[in-house]
Amino acid sequence: MSSREEILNSIRGIQKENKALPDIPNFQLEGDLVALFKSAIQANKGEILGKKEFENWIASTNFQHIISCSEAFHTYATQELPDDAHQLDHLELAILEVQFGVAENGAMWLDDSQLPHRALPFITEHLVLILSEENLVSNMHQAYDRIGSDHSGFGLFIAGPSKTADIEQSLVIGAHGAKSLRVVLL
Amino acid sequence: MSHPKAATEFLKDQANSQWHDETLWMIRDKRDASSKSIPEWEELRNLASEIKDNVLSNLDKYLEQFEAQALKNGIKVHWAKDAKEHNEIVLTILQEKNCEAIVKSKSILTEECHLNPYLEKQGIEVVDTDLGERIVQFLHQPPSHIVMPAIHLKKRDISALFHEKLQTEKGNEDPTYLTNAARLHLREKFLGAKVAITGVNFGIAETGEFLVCTNEGNADMGVHLADTHIACMGIEKIIPRRKDLGVFLRILARSATGQPITNYSSHFRSPAKGKEIHLVLVDNGRTRQLAREKFKNSLKCIRCGACMNTCPIYRRSGGFSYGSTVPGPIGSILSPGLDMKKYSTLPFASTLCGSCSDVCPVKINIHEQLYEWRQEITKHHGAVGKGLSMKLASGIFKSPLAYQFSGSLMRKVIKSLPKSVIYNPLNIWGKSRDLPKAPKESFQDWYKRNRHE
Repeated sequence: MSSREEILNSIRGIQKENKALPDIPNFQLEGDLVALFKSAIQANKGEILGKKEFENWIASTNFQHIISCSEAFHTYATQELPDDAHQLDHLELAILEVQFGVAENGAMWLDDSQLPHRALPFITEHLVLILSEENLVSNMHQAYDRIGSDHSGFGLFIAGPSKTADIEQSLVIGAHGAKSLRVVLL
Repeated sequence: MSHPKAATEFLKDQANSQWHDETLWMIRDKRDASSKSIPEWEELRNLASEIKDNVLSNLDKYLEQFEAQALKNGIKVHWAKDAKEHNEIVLTILQEKNCEAIVKSKSILTEECHLNPYLEKQGIEVVDTDLGERIVQFLHQPPSHIVMPAIHLKKRDISALFHEKLQTEKGNEDPTYLTNAARLHLREKFLGAKVAITGVNFGIAETGEFLVCTNEGNADMGVHLADTHIACMGIEKIIPRRKDLGVFLRILARSATGQPITNYSSHFRSPAKGKEIHLVLVDNGRTRQLAREKFKNSLKCIRCGACMNTCPIYRRSGGFSYGSTVPGPIGSILSPGLDMKKYSTLPFASTLCGSCSDVCPVKINIHEQLYEWRQEITKHHGAVGKGLSMKLASGIFKSPLAYQFSGSLMRKVIKSLPKSVIYNPLNIWGKSRDLPKAPKESFQDWYKRNRHE
C-alpha cells in the first residue's frame, strides 16, 4: 500500500462527528477607507506619497537601475526586464502597479499579471507600488471576494517593507527584501 | 532531560531570564491591543475554530481535493507517512536536480523531521534564511520559539557570533548593522541556490494553492530565484475554501506579534514557466493524534505562538526547557502524542491557568488537554514524587479529628521549623519559595470566639 493510501485509509478509519462548515458573515469596517489605509501603511513602516511627492522624491534620488511596470510611470525606467531574475540583483528601484489595497491592514494584492518576474518586489532595493484610491476594499473578507476565483500561478499581498525583529526584538527594516516601501496613492 | 531540570539551567542567568519574561509579555500585550481593534475578534476565533473542526471531520476528502487541484495546477505532490519518508523524498528530489546547496525558509515541520542533519549527512549544505533561524543554525541550536527562533539570545551573543562567522566588527552590537551583514551573506546564498525549501501556512483544498507568510521576504527570495521549490506541509494545514483565508489572515499575525498581517503573504498555485513546485504532504503522527478524541483539537493549531508568549511557565523557563520541536503549551499537548515517555514532564510544566486557551486564535482547549495528558501519563507511568504526600493529605482531609489535630500541629511546627528543612537540596519545593506565616489560631477557634460579637 502506498503512503498516500495508508494515510487516507487511517483517516477514513477514524469515527468522526461531522461538523458543518460555517458561513462567513459580511464583516464591515467603520470609517474612511483612505485614512485607514494610510495609517495602516505607516504602521507597517511604509510611506504614502501623492503623485507630485513621488515625482519630487524620485528626482532627489540618484538611482541608476530602475524598472517600471507601471504605464503611468514608465518614463522612469532605466532598463528593460532581463530574462533571468538573477540579473535583478543590482536593481535599485522597482515600480509596480497593484490590483487593490486593504484598508484594515495595508495589504496590497498583485499577481502574475503585475509581476513579469515573481522575484521583482523582493530582490529590488526599494519598492514603489501604485494604487488608485478607488481600488480600496475594507478588510480581508472583501479582499478575497474581490480576488474571487481569479486564476493566477502566483498571488501576493504586500503590506510593508521587508523587516525583522530577530535580534533582541529590535525592529530592523530591510531584512532580505525591499528596504523601503512607498505607496503612490492616485 | 526533564522540564524542571532544564528550566533550572535557564534561570541561572537571572538578567536574561527576566528579559525573556518581560519581552514575551510585551508581545502578548501587542497581541491584546491588536485583537481589540477588531470588534468581531471573538467571532473570528469562533469561525476559525469551526472551519478547523470541519476540516478535521473531513480531512480525507479535503486532502484528495487538494491533491487533485494541485496536480491540475502542475504541482508535483508527494505523500510521506513519517519523518523518515519525508526526508527521503526531499533528498531524492535534490539528487535528481544534482543539488548540493539549498536555501530554506522557516518550517517547523522540517525541524520536527530533523531534515537539516539528515541532508547535511548526505553532504548537502542547508542554509536557513530566516534571520533568527540562521543565528541558531550557526550555533547548532534548534529554535527556542516557533515565531521568534532566537528570542533566547541577546545582541551581544549575536554580535560575537557574527564577528566569528561573518567577520563583522568586534563589539558592534547594532541590530541594523548586524542584520545588514546577514542580508549580504544570505543574498549570495539566494542567488546561488537551485532548490529552495519552504514550509506551508495554509493549503486550500478548493484551489490547490498554498500560502507562505513571512515578514522578511526570505521564503520568496529563495523560491523565486531557484528552479525548484519544495514545500513541506503537515496534512492538518488544509483549509476548505479560498475565502476562509479572510478569517485566518486576520487572526494569524495579530495573534503572533500584534501586526495586522505579515508583510508578505504569498499564494503559490502553479510553478513559473520552466520551474517546478513539489509539495510533500506529511503525516508523522498526525492521523494518530486525530484518532485521540480528547487530543485531536491540538491539530487545529496555526502555529502563531500566542500560547507561548502568554504562558507564565514558558516565559520563565525558555523554549529549550521543553526539549521538543514545538515548545510551550501547544507543544506540551502535541509532543506526548508523538512520544509519551520522552515528553512525560511537559504537561506538568503548566499552572493550568488557562491563559493559553484564552489567547488561542482557533480556540484549542489547551489547558484542559494538558490536564487530560497528566492523567494519561500518570496512568501509564505512575504518580511521581507527590504520590505519598497526596495520600497522606487525603487521609487527613477525610477525618475531622485528624484535620483538627494536624492543623494545630502545623501552626506550631511552621513557627519552629529550622530553615534547613525547607531550604535544602532534597526539598525541591523550597527553591524560590517561602513558608507562609502561621496564624495563631485556627479559623474554627476564631469563629467560636467571635460569633457572639
